[in-house]
Amino acid sequence: MTREILKVKDLATHYTGFGGSRVVKAVDEVSFSLEEGQTIGIVGESGCGKTTLCLSLVRLLAPGAQIVGGSIELNGRDILKLSQKEMVEVRGKEIAMILQDPMTSLNPVINIETQVGEAAFKHRGLRSSTLRERVRQLLEAVRIPSPDVRMQEFPHQMSGGMRQRIAGAVALSGEPGIIIADEPTTSLDVTIQAQYLDLLRRLQKDTGVGLIFVTHDLGIVAKMCDDVIVMYAGKTVEKGSVREIFNNPNHPYTSALIRSVPKLGSKDPLYRIEGQPPDLSNLPQGCSFASRCAIADDHCFEHEPPLIEVGPRRLAACWKIEENAASKEQA
Amino acid sequence: MFGIYIQRRKVIRAYFLRRLVYSAITLFVLATTIFGLVRLTGDPAILLTPEGATELERVQIREDLGLNDALPVQFARFIREVVTLDFGTSFHLGQSVTSVYFDRLPNSILLVTVAMAFSLALGIPAGIISAVYNGRWMDFAAKGLALTGMSIPGFVMALTMMFFFSVKFSWLPTFGIGTWKHLVMPGIALGWYFAASTLRLVRSTMLDVLSSDYVKLARLKGMTEQRVIMRHAFANVLIPLISLTGVNFVVMINAATIVEVIFVWPGLGSLLLEAVGERDFPLVQGIVVMSGTLIIITNFLIDLFYAWVDPRIRLTR
Repeated sequence: MTREILKVKDLATHYTGFGGSRVVKAVDEVSFSLEEGQTIGIVGESGCGKTTLCLSLVRLLAPGAQIVGGSIELNGRDILKLSQKEMVEVRGKEIAMILQDPMTSLNPVINIETQVGEAAFKHRGLRSSTLRERVRQLLEAVRIPSPDVRMQEFPHQMSGGMRQRIAGAVALSGEPGIIIADEPTTSLDVTIQAQYLDLLRRLQKDTGVGLIFVTHDLGIVAKMCDDVIVMYAGKTVEKGSVREIFNNPNHPYTSALIRSVPKLGSKDPLYRIEGQPPDLSNLPQGCSFASRCAIADDHCFEHEPPLIEVGPRRLAACWKIEENAASKEQA
Repeated sequence: MFGIYIQRRKVIRAYFLRRLVYSAITLFVLATTIFGLVRLTGDPAILLTPEGATELERVQIREDLGLNDALPVQFARFIREVVTLDFGTSFHLGQSVTSVYFDRLPNSILLVTVAMAFSLALGIPAGIISAVYNGRWMDFAAKGLALTGMSIPGFVMALTMMFFFSVKFSWLPTFGIGTWKHLVMPGIALGWYFAASTLRLVRSTMLDVLSSDYVKLARLKGMTEQRVIMRHAFANVLIPLISLTGVNFVVMINAATIVEVIFVWPGLGSLLLEAVGERDFPLVQGIVVMSGTLIIITNFLIDLFYAWVDPRIRLTR
C-alpha cells in the first residue's frame, strides 16, 4: 500500500454572519484520506460546499468562514495547528491548487516565466538559469509549444486552454504532493476538456502527485478518479470507489446524479432532480435530501441518517439502503 | 518564431507615430484657440497708454504691436512664432517672452514636483493600507484623510496653514521663495487634493484586485502577504494610477496658479494671471502655447510609460 499523504477527519467549516445569528454549515463533518498518486473525486451540486472544502484544506477561507472542528493531517502533521505564517511554507510546496477559470487566475501584468517560476524559486530554492530551465521543463510538460518564446509572454496572448495548462504548470512548480483541482475544465470547451484531463492524468503518473478533483460532472469522475465522495448540503452522503459508486449507488442522491447525466443520441427528456438544495443556514430536521427524495418516508424527515459502512471502504448515509438495493435488484 | 518580434516592433512603432500625430494636432488646436481668445478680451492699447493719452498715441501703439494687420496675417506671424519658439516681446515687461517664460519655469516645475511627490507619497501607501485593512480603524483614518482632501479647497488649506505654521508658531516663512521651508506649505496646499484622489483610486482598485482569482492563486502558491500585495496586486493598481497621475499632473499645473498667488510664488501661474490682466497678448500666447507643449510632451511620456507597464497595450493600437 502506498503512503497516505492527507487525512481529513470530521472537518467542519462554518460561515457566520449577522453577529453569529446566522450560521451556514458549508462543510459538516467530512472525512477522507488520500494516498500518493491517488485521485479522489468530490462531487455535488453548486453550493454544496465543495469549494469551501478545498479552501479549508489550504486554509485560505474568506473572512467570515471558519474551520470549527476536525483535523487535516498533511504529511503526518495537523495543519490546523499551524499559524498563517507557517501555512505560507505549506501552500504551493506540499499542496497546490488549480482554479476554475483560467481567464482570471493568471496575473495580467506578470509574465509567464515569473508566474510559473515563483513557487520553484520560493519553495525549491531554484535560481537564475536552473530556474529558467525548470520553467521550460514545466511548460513542456504541460505541452506549451515553443516554451522559450511563450514564457516571455503574458496571459492575454494565450487561449483559455493554454492558460489552464499554464495554471497546471504553476501548480506543479513547487513540486507539491497534492494538487487540488477545483472544476478545472468547467470553463474549457469539450474537446479541450478531454485533452486537459489526459494531460493531468499523465502528469500525475509522472510525478506521483495526489489529486483532489472537484467537479459536478460525473463523466469526468468516471474517467479520472479512483475514489469518490458525493457531497450534499455540506455533508458526505456516499463514499466509495468509482466502480462501485457507478455500478451500485447506495444513496438516492447518487443514483439521481447518475441518471441526470445526458446520454448522447437519446430523445428522452433530460432527467432532473426536482426541487432545490436546502438552505445551509437552516437545515431541516432529519435527512437533508428527504424533500427531494423519491423514496423518503416519515422516518427520513424526522431522523438524520448516520454515515455507515455498507461494504469494504464503502460508506453511505441513508435509511433506505437495503430497500434501495432491493429495488435495484428487482429492476 | 522571430516573426512575432518583428511584427511586434512594427506595432510599437505605429503606436509611437500615432501618439506623435495626436500630439501635433492637439498643439495646433490649442494655438488657434488661444490666438482667438486673447483677441476677445479687449484692446491692449488702452491699458498700455497712460491715462489721458490721445487716440493718436494709441493708434501708434497698435501699429507698433502689429495689431492693425489683418487677422490671417497676425495668425501666420503667430504660427511662425510658435514654430521658432520666439513669441516676441512682452507688451508690459518689455522683455522677450521666451526668456521671461524660462526664468519662471524652474520655479513652477519645482512646486509641482514637490506637490506631486507629496501627493503620491501620502496617497499610495495610505490607499494600500486602507484597502488591506478594509473596515478597520486604519481604513477609517485613511477615508477621513480622503474626505478632507476632497472637500477642503486648496486656498482654505493654504490660509489655515499660514495662520498656524507662520503666524502662530513661526515655523515656516509666510510666502516667497528661497529655502526648502518655503516649499512646505505651497507643496502641501497644492498636493493635498491630489493625495486624496490618489488615495481613493488606489484603495478602490486595490480592493478589486485583492478579491481577484490571480491574487488568490498567488496566495495558493505560498507567496508571502507582502509579495502578494506589492508584486501581484500593486502591479495591477499601477495601470489606472498612471493614467490618474497623468491627468492630475495637468490639473495640478492649472491649480498651481491659485497657490502661487497666495504664497507669492514666482511661477508661471502668477505670471499668466498678470499677463491676462495686462492684456499682454504675446506673453499670454507664449505661456499658453509653451505650457501646452510641455503638457503634451508629458502626456506623450505618460502614454509610453503606460505601454511599458501594461503588456496588453503594447500589442493593441
